[in-house]
Amino acid sequence: MRKAAPAAWAACAVAAVLALASCTGPPAAAGGPDGILTSSWGDPQNPIEPANTNEVQGGKVLDMVFRGLKRYDPRTGEAQDMVAQSITTADARTFTVTLKPGWAFSDGEPVTARSFTDAWNYGAHVDNTQNNAPFFADIEGYDQVHPESGKPTAKTMRGLRVTGERTFTATLTAPYPAWPDTLGYQAFLPLPRAFFTDHDGWLDKPVGNGPYRIESYAKGSGMKLRRWDGYRGPDQARNGGVDLVVYTDSNTAYTDLMAGNLDLVDDIPATQLKFVKSDLGDRYTNQPALIIQTLVFPMYRKEWARPGMEKVRRGLSMAIDREQITRRIYQRTRTPADDWTSPALGDGGGYRALCGDACRYDPAAARRLIAEGGGLPGGRLTLTSNVDTGSHRAWMDAVCNSVNNALGKRTACTVDPIGTFADFRNRITSYRMSGPFRSGWQADYPLIQNFLEPLYRSGGSSNHGKFSDQAFDTLVDTANARPDPADAVGDFQAAERVLAAQMPAIPLWYQNGSAGWSKRLTGVALNQFSVPVYDRITVV
Amino acid sequence: MGRYVIRRALQMVPVFLGSTLLIFVMVYALGDPVAALFGDKAPDPATAARIRHDLYLDQPLWRQYLHYMGQILHGDFGSAFNGQPVTELMAAAFPVTLKLTLVAVVLEAVFGIALGVASGLRRGRPLDTGLLALTLIVISVPTFVSGYLLQLVFGVKLGWTRPSVSPAARLDELLLPGLVLALVSLAYVTRLSRTSVAENARADYVRTAVAKGLPRHRVVSRHLLRNSLIPVVTFIGADIGALMGGAIVTERIFNIHGVGYQLYQGILRNNAPTVVGFVTVLVIVFLLANLLVDLLYAVLDPRIRHA
Amino acid sequence: MPDTRDPAADPDDARSPYGNPHEAVAPTGGGGALDLAAGEAGTLGAPERPRSLWSDARHQLARDPVFLLSALLIAFLLFIAAWPGALASGDPLSCDLALSQEGSRPGAPFGYDTQGCDVFTRTVYGARASITVGVCATLGTALLGGVLGALAGFFGGWWDALLSRLADVFFGIPVILGGLVLLSVVTSSTVWPVVGFIVLLGWPQVARIARGAVLATAQADYVQAARALGAGRGRTLLRHVAPNAVAPVIVVATIALGTYIALEATLSFLGVGLRPPTVSWGIDISNAAPQIRNAPHMLLWPAGALSLTVLAFILLGDAVRDALDPKLR
Repeated sequence: MRKAAPAAWAACAVAAVLALASCTGPPAAAGGPDGILTSSWGDPQNPIEPANTNEVQGGKVLDMVFRGLKRYDPRTGEAQDMVAQSITTADARTFTVTLKPGWAFSDGEPVTARSFTDAWNYGAHVDNTQNNAPFFADIEGYDQVHPESGKPTAKTMRGLRVTGERTFTATLTAPYPAWPDTLGYQAFLPLPRAFFTDHDGWLDKPVGNGPYRIESYAKGSGMKLRRWDGYRGPDQARNGGVDLVVYTDSNTAYTDLMAGNLDLVDDIPATQLKFVKSDLGDRYTNQPALIIQTLVFPMYRKEWARPGMEKVRRGLSMAIDREQITRRIYQRTRTPADDWTSPALGDGGGYRALCGDACRYDPAAARRLIAEGGGLPGGRLTLTSNVDTGSHRAWMDAVCNSVNNALGKRTACTVDPIGTFADFRNRITSYRMSGPFRSGWQADYPLIQNFLEPLYRSGGSSNHGKFSDQAFDTLVDTANARPDPADAVGDFQAAERVLAAQMPAIPLWYQNGSAGWSKRLTGVALNQFSVPVYDRITVV
Repeated sequence: MGRYVIRRALQMVPVFLGSTLLIFVMVYALGDPVAALFGDKAPDPATAARIRHDLYLDQPLWRQYLHYMGQILHGDFGSAFNGQPVTELMAAAFPVTLKLTLVAVVLEAVFGIALGVASGLRRGRPLDTGLLALTLIVISVPTFVSGYLLQLVFGVKLGWTRPSVSPAARLDELLLPGLVLALVSLAYVTRLSRTSVAENARADYVRTAVAKGLPRHRVVSRHLLRNSLIPVVTFIGADIGALMGGAIVTERIFNIHGVGYQLYQGILRNNAPTVVGFVTVLVIVFLLANLLVDLLYAVLDPRIRHA
Repeated sequence: MPDTRDPAADPDDARSPYGNPHEAVAPTGGGGALDLAAGEAGTLGAPERPRSLWSDARHQLARDPVFLLSALLIAFLLFIAAWPGALASGDPLSCDLALSQEGSRPGAPFGYDTQGCDVFTRTVYGARASITVGVCATLGTALLGGVLGALAGFFGGWWDALLSRLADVFFGIPVILGGLVLLSVVTSSTVWPVVGFIVLLGWPQVARIARGAVLATAQADYVQAARALGAGRGRTLLRHVAPNAVAPVIVVATIALGTYIALEATLSFLGVGLRPPTVSWGIDISNAAPQIRNAPHMLLWPAGALSLTVLAFILLGDAVRDALDPKLR
């Protein structure tokens, strides 16, 4: 008997494992109004706090779980009142915000003026190290809670004042007529008391005021969201919930979609697009988003900034065959760029093909311009980008080949692939680039200002090439002071013409949002930030 | 035996200290992680400075290392940037990778030894040559190629298995990634046992056993195999450590949230606590596996006794 | 405890006449190919014949068809690596995106890759970088690992403890972390940083084998005899131990060569391998693998060339190994 024991034990173990394996199979998929869909997700970089989330993956969750004062219409991008009943001002400096009655967080707490002011004060305070703190910099008193150096001298911003249960005022440091339109950004979302009283508990399972509530959150692997039946907003969810599953490799997510293990993939890798029509038929969308990819020149380097180099920069732009690259490498999920904003802004929003000839492929003109400008510095050009995500390696090679072919030189252009995004960002922010480098810009809100001021104004918060032009700065400042946003658009376009002449950054292409889905889903669409509008999806 | 184990355990201390220091320096050399936290935007200087201060990144390297080691002694391995304690990540990741490694080790041991014995007993015949060519080709195919290929064939075209692994990481889902992970080692095991079997097949004790009139299967299983397994066991033992840490590519392709995945995320984000913590545990696993192999020798070869 | 064997801690004990070759390798565990190597090295010690081991081996190799075939193949590959223009007339860097992923056609028998480069030309031109990486990294690890391992095994004591533990530390570093750290700081587009990196992480494996082989050989009667006759330590190591312990190192090195060429591909896949304008099989394989559904021909040819090269070198190593092992004749 004793001898048989190990064998018997082993047999039991095997049986137990098999039993376990067979009873944890996938649940039978149910459709109808309570149907639940599975969707691909990426691990958010930072804890899911509104003022700390600055990328799409965390933003995806916030968009489901929260509603702010304003919300950008998923189709047009227009900022519409959501929790706000009205936002009024007399001088474009002091705004009075009134909330609609009846809004509540899913833990039952009503949404009040304090839900907003407390959240904003939290986000702005330097002690809380929130990424999006600079979004509050327009509010009076920001410099006391978030000094550039030294200790903060205040707990809250004096520009925010609660005037009633559902009203508060915000005073800015300077007039900013378009300010209400920026309030759809996730940094401006409200927060419940639980966020402040039990911060760790809240982070484990965030509570918001949106159409979904979080049922469970397994950090690093997935999140289960369910429709919140107590939601009283205008956009109740049309499905029972969403299960987000983290994928490290978007190729695998697409493979899973084809194998029927996943309902929705919102980032289809370029390598999979060739057969997307035969794989998915019309269960695929490819639509403009507020994202542009550019090649930024390090204008802090003498050899790239000296007079005459604008011709070389312009010539390089004309040596890139955008049409061919977006077709062959990206299967048309990128659109050749002809300005520095995005077509998703629409004509009214300020999009216009202002790059003109400088963005058109013309090898002869490119050769001529580069020669006139004195040639490439040292006869060489090195492109830099991180290659750990996206299809960056492929387009870098393609751009270099295009430049080399246009110039008729074999190895004038080479690529410098960087292994990690962190390393790449370090080199950019410490101004260590020697040649053009990739810059991807996703607008925070659908305003032309957001595509121009932070990137190209002197001292702009993301002006990584240190471009500086007096005429450009003046035009941007004039535009920001205009009381009517429609007039401002004209000034911004004039500023864009300065970019066209100086070419501090080569517009490459506009990145579209793309998504594919299973036969179970209908009504799938992406918003302008290339995030699926989950609450509109129905499960059949 | 006891003294031997203690001595080996004591030797682990300097290796442990050396490894953590080396890894720490390497992650430090990767650069400042703070800029990447802000995505494509420029970091706000005041916020970035505060984060650096909170994470001890504004200290010189040696102070950072001492601080980190002090933390570890208190059982605190620090946190990932999404706020999760590294110990929590480990608790989630190591069981998954352990399962994957077990699947891979079982596959490579069973198939590797079987193929190796078959090939070693028929040295020079077509079966041997065919297996030789096959294993060599397998050695030369990078894991990411076999991974994508097998995933496409079995997961999509044939639909025999899920192309990815669910968070629960059930054993049947791990078969395919386990095979991909095991492929290169499987080739090594086959080569090793082939050589070993071929060598031992000519040994006197085998000849004696055959002369005694023992049936062939008994000669092979009782006499030949037992003596041929020693180098194979060494290899597999050392391989356990390598497989656990080397699954980065496999885990990425099959979306397995194990050690390789966490390690890769940690590296991409320059997160020192994650990387140093995971590698440290891997080094310990590696050293323990080696010790276990040495002890196993005593079982396989009665001539060896560890006092 | 007369049978206790732990050379790392008790080097003198390990050198006792009972020394078990398998166990000698064991304390540092490690690459398995190697125990078999140590086993052989032990048997190499029996000087039964008047002719030297090497002349025996040469004699046998000249008649071995496997050896001849693999040598011929390697000669061909080296020729291509040296003069790629003799086989392919095109330019591996001249690409036309309009031909992206097109199949084979006259003038381009292997078709085109994603960038519209000719796959045939790139496969031919890729031989130089890939074979250079494989051969140089193998030579580097064999030399560094061989010397350090032999010193550790022969002198024992502190040398051995230090080197063996150092090897353990290097074994613990994940390849990808080492690659991202060490290779991301260089911007050179030559093969040397990659070669240096592989040597840095690869030497402990060879060192273990060399150490085991030297430990085993040092027990052999003829070495003991040489010592008894008063040969100096240096002379013993160089003249008697090293030549007989070198065989297992050669065997492992030829297997490793294939894995090194494949490793270069993995490094490229992770974005830290060789850089353009260098053309290599690894770069092309890493670009082709995710495109396996769209254009399998992109993967087939460079991967096939890689496998063929690995096959040739391992067959060669196998033949040499068999020739050096009197037991298998």
